[in-house]
Amino acid sequence: MVRMAARVLVVEDDPAAAEMLSIALRQAGFETAVVSEGPKAMPAMRELKPDLVLLDLMLPGMSGIDVCKAIRAESGIPIVMLTAKSDTIDVVLGLESGADDYMIKPPKTQELVARLRARLRRIDAAPPEKLSIGDLTIDVPGHQVSRDGEQISLTPLEFDLLLALARKPRQVFTREVLLEQVWGYRHAADTRLVNVHVQRLRSKIERDPEHPEVVLTVRGVGYKAGIP
Amino acid sequence: MFSEQLAVTSLAGRATDALRPASEAVSELAAVAGATWRRSLKIRVVSSTVVLSSTVVLVLGMVLQAQLAQRLIENKTQAALLQADNSRILVESELGTVDPTSASLAGRLTTAVDRLTNPDPSGSAPTTAGAGTYEPVLVDGGGLSGEAGTGQKIGPLEDVPAVLRSAAERGALAHKIITVKRGPTMVTMLAVGMPVASAGRTMQLYLLFPLTAEQRTLTLVQSTLVVGGLVLLVLVAGIASLVTRQVVVPIRQAAEVAERFADGHLEERMPVVGEDDIARLGTSFNEMAASIQRQIRQLEEFGELQRGFTSDVSHELRTPLTTVRMAADLLYESRDQLHPVLHRPTELLVRELDRFEALLADLLEISRVDAGVAELHLETVDVRGTMARAVAAVRAVADRAGTPLEIDQPDDEVLAEIDPPRVERIVRNLLTNALDHGEGHPVRMTLAVDADAVAVLVRDHGVGLQPGQQELVFTRFWRGDPSRDRRTGGTGLGLSISLEDARLHGGWLQAWGAPGQGSAFRLTLPRSPNIKLTSSPLPLGPDDAAWNTQDVLVPDEAVSEEAAPNGAVPDGVVPESDEPDPVVRAGPGHQ
Repeated sequence: MVRMAARVLVVEDDPAAAEMLSIALRQAGFETAVVSEGPKAMPAMRELKPDLVLLDLMLPGMSGIDVCKAIRAESGIPIVMLTAKSDTIDVVLGLESGADDYMIKPPKTQELVARLRARLRRIDAAPPEKLSIGDLTIDVPGHQVSRDGEQISLTPLEFDLLLALARKPRQVFTREVLLEQVWGYRHAADTRLVNVHVQRLRSKIERDPEHPEVVLTVRGVGYKAGIP
Repeated sequence: MFSEQLAVTSLAGRATDALRPASEAVSELAAVAGATWRRSLKIRVVSSTVVLSSTVVLVLGMVLQAQLAQRLIENKTQAALLQADNSRILVESELGTVDPTSASLAGRLTTAVDRLTNPDPSGSAPTTAGAGTYEPVLVDGGGLSGEAGTGQKIGPLEDVPAVLRSAAERGALAHKIITVKRGPTMVTMLAVGMPVASAGRTMQLYLLFPLTAEQRTLTLVQSTLVVGGLVLLVLVAGIASLVTRQVVVPIRQAAEVAERFADGHLEERMPVVGEDDIARLGTSFNEMAASIQRQIRQLEEFGELQRGFTSDVSHELRTPLTTVRMAADLLYESRDQLHPVLHRPTELLVRELDRFEALLADLLEISRVDAGVAELHLETVDVRGTMARAVAAVRAVADRAGTPLEIDQPDDEVLAEIDPPRVERIVRNLLTNALDHGEGHPVRMTLAVDADAVAVLVRDHGVGLQPGQQELVFTRFWRGDPSRDRRTGGTGLGLSISLEDARLHGGWLQAWGAPGQGSAFRLTLPRSPNIKLTSSPLPLGPDDAAWNTQDVLVPDEAVSEEAAPNGAVPDGVVPESDEPDPVVRAGPGHQ
């Protein structure tokens, strides 16, 4: 890649952990900046314009969830949550506040790097392509989704998820396959991630999220694209 | 009253006869009535009251009636005797001068009787003494000297009973109650007989007093008593019903409140009005409820504290662990640059960190279960997919150990409503356990399904379990044989957590093992959370052909199901078994 190294903003209150994360990420070829308090995360983000935020869930001053919501309110930047809490409620709360992915502490370095790369992955040199799913139109290189000419704003992750479904309209995707294709998981992992993001996606693109027409559930299997 | 009852009984008898073909309906009705009787305190109290009161009313009525009848007869008899005496004097005065041989005897007799029935207009003769009308009978009994009587008679002598006649002929005053025919009806009468002294002849005078008036009085009294009794019974039933209601209504309310309380509405309290027994019941109940609520709150607080503690420990341990983990990973990745002496320590560091993490995760999971905060997240999935993921997770370990892993599963999809990560964890734990203790012999995993349940059986042919050990396999941190080589470095919590996971699903996790014959673990899960498990689609035990040749009792499906009355076992507790010796089951039921 000719591109500049991706910049990761690490929001972590424990100095040792923050330093070690920085070392490991730099070793893996990222640029890093560290913020140790929740309230400082937003200003740092505006100033440094990172490509990704690695966010600890438990922070002094302002909880990771609130930081996450604040960031989401301003940008679709990929957010990966780092959490010590593995309870479903904590994980789901984190995902619902807008995080794209989460890792339970302590993460394996390889795994963490793989996940960050997956979030930073761009559809490079995509052919000029227009896809449709349900009654939506996807402009792939332009990263835009629209219904009847009206644009719908999605985060990169939501876009990737929709795109994965739209590219193979007849295929039923299991949650595991989606985790692999969209999130870059190499091993089957927590499928709650998929559920939460499908819900979030539906809330943005469906006319009636209770009766989805774009992203359909296949009972007992997974999801598939609605007929264009 | 008796005749009435008899009539009712015979009527009921006839009705029963008619209904005999529909005896089922009758017995059904009886069952319903029986159930109502058992369930309703009110009906029981009211019916008992009515039955007892009717007995009392009946006895009282009968005594009253008997008393009245006796008194009426007594009065009548007294009056009749007085009247008879007067009549005798009258007749004697009339007949005193009769010539015994006179042929005009009949005429004189008639005159005398006429005097009795049509009293002297002067009124000097006391014809009545309150005894009412009567029919006189005058008989010529014959001469005093013993000559035969003329047999002359006036009045209905045939109505006079023989006993009375013989008494009168002997010269005694007697009376008797008789029933005679008068026209179409039978009339009860009081007959009084006495001798009449006349000139040289013995005559007998009989007076027949009809008891019609007395009977009428008695009938009136009877009907009054019956009506009064019935009204009284209805009133008593009403009163009993009212009184019972006063007691039953608060009791029913209390029952409802208790039910709601039991359903978890700990705020429910009984309304307390006044200071009576019901109020005391309410007060005691409320005190009990408050005490239970307090204790539950306390337990909840403890749980909350424990959960908080778990969470804190989690965070506090995991953050430094992050640093250590990443440092170790970095060291491991760049181990080529390290001194060769440090290669192995670096490997060990990373590997033991994995174990440390696994142990921490298991500890957190078990404390979460203990705090009762573990929740199911049910999804309808193809269980084969879950199995496949579990197998994939242990495939590397199996390959390293050189243990063949055989999988036997249906070709069609096996849909069930489960918490996939938990079920995957259970199966992974079972497989890991089997690989750990399988001594390199093949490990077989069987998946089977029926209408209600899915079952996974993991069978190894390793050392098996010693007698008594089967009770321990689900114990936390228990290790079968500490001296044996461990391939996966399990945490010692795997099976305990698996058992809790199975319980959360309302399923069972059961173990079988025999020394030298390996062991089997069977997971049975209901296909949806509202199904109550009664049996498993798979038998638990040495079912494979290789072991059938051994001197081992092989329980077939039927035996296995019969020996395990699984339906009666709540909350996934492993049922006790009385299968023959080599077949043992283990689980928390033994702990």
